Amino acid sequence: MSDTHASTGASPESLRFQEERGKVGMWLFICTEVLLFGGLFLLYSVYRYKHHVDFHAASSDLSRFAGTLNTIVLITSSLTAALAVHALGEGAVDRAKLFLRVTILFGLTFLVVKSFEWGAKFEHGLYPNAPVLLGMPKGQILFFGLYFSMTGLHAVHVIVGMSIFGWVLGHLGSTVTPSKPVVLENATLFWHLVDVIWIFLFPLFYLIS
Amino acid sequence: MSQSEGKTTSAAHPGNRSYLTVWGALVLLTALTVTMASLDLGALAIAAVLTIAAVKSSLVLFYFMHLRYERRLLIRLLMPIVLATLAIFIGLTYTDILYR
Repeated sequence: MSDTHASTGASPESLRFQEERGKVGMWLFICTEVLLFGGLFLLYSVYRYKHHVDFHAASSDLSRFAGTLNTIVLITSSLTAALAVHALGEGAVDRAKLFLRVTILFGLTFLVVKSFEWGAKFEHGLYPNAPVLLGMPKGQILFFGLYFSMTGLHAVHVIVGMSIFGWVLGHLGSTVTPSKPVVLENATLFWHLVDVIWIFLFPLFYLIS
Repeated sequence: MSQSEGKTTSAAHPGNRSYLTVWGALVLLTALTVTMASLDLGALAIAAVLTIAAVKSSLVLFYFMHLRYERRLLIRLLMPIVLATLAIFIGLTYTDILYR
């Protein structure tokens, strides 16, 4: 740990400053993400206000079981991500790696469940611009449009989060160490943000029928 | 165990046990929100659902994302600022929609 300080030639103070900068930058990015999804949630709420009967009807087409299962999966993945940071803080690099692998697996589980769910919708002719969908009432078209774009954008975030974790996994123990944990911490912050977004997506799409 | 751990590390981060407690609370709140959805609460339902979601995300933000243990003022202020901005957007949008 201390030899990595020596090899980069950076003083502890400048390293600390770098970490501070990285942390603040990550939180600023998280704020932009909150605003991005906040805008979409605002769009959702206005359309739901205008077409609440259609929204309730369309929501009953979604699988409440798949949504609940994915909520539990994502919450648990957040736990294992937090435990990975904790393990690295205690100096247990191997345990941190293990927790990170488990987190990636949970992310994969989430995507598999999601793909079955979307697949079932496609089979019933429910996909953007589908003839069946376009024959439905206006509010239901809007509901499914928002459903596909918001859960889709969220799924992209899950994929990005998993990729970042995969990348961090390769650096754990070499450049990401107990004394320089900020890369892992920031990756984990992103993952928790993805969890927070899902915490709002789940009840607003799956539980309003 | 987790108490003594908290003291020695000057309460910088919570221990494994508090993470598990938070996880348990998140699972229970998920079960609660799913159960409430099958009851017919009418207009109260949306308020209940959003309250539970807000409590769940606060748990994630404060414990998993360590906001509760954050000492840097800038980072502590960011979330309130962004939520206030969002509240202004939402408020202005609804004054337009409701009173147009």
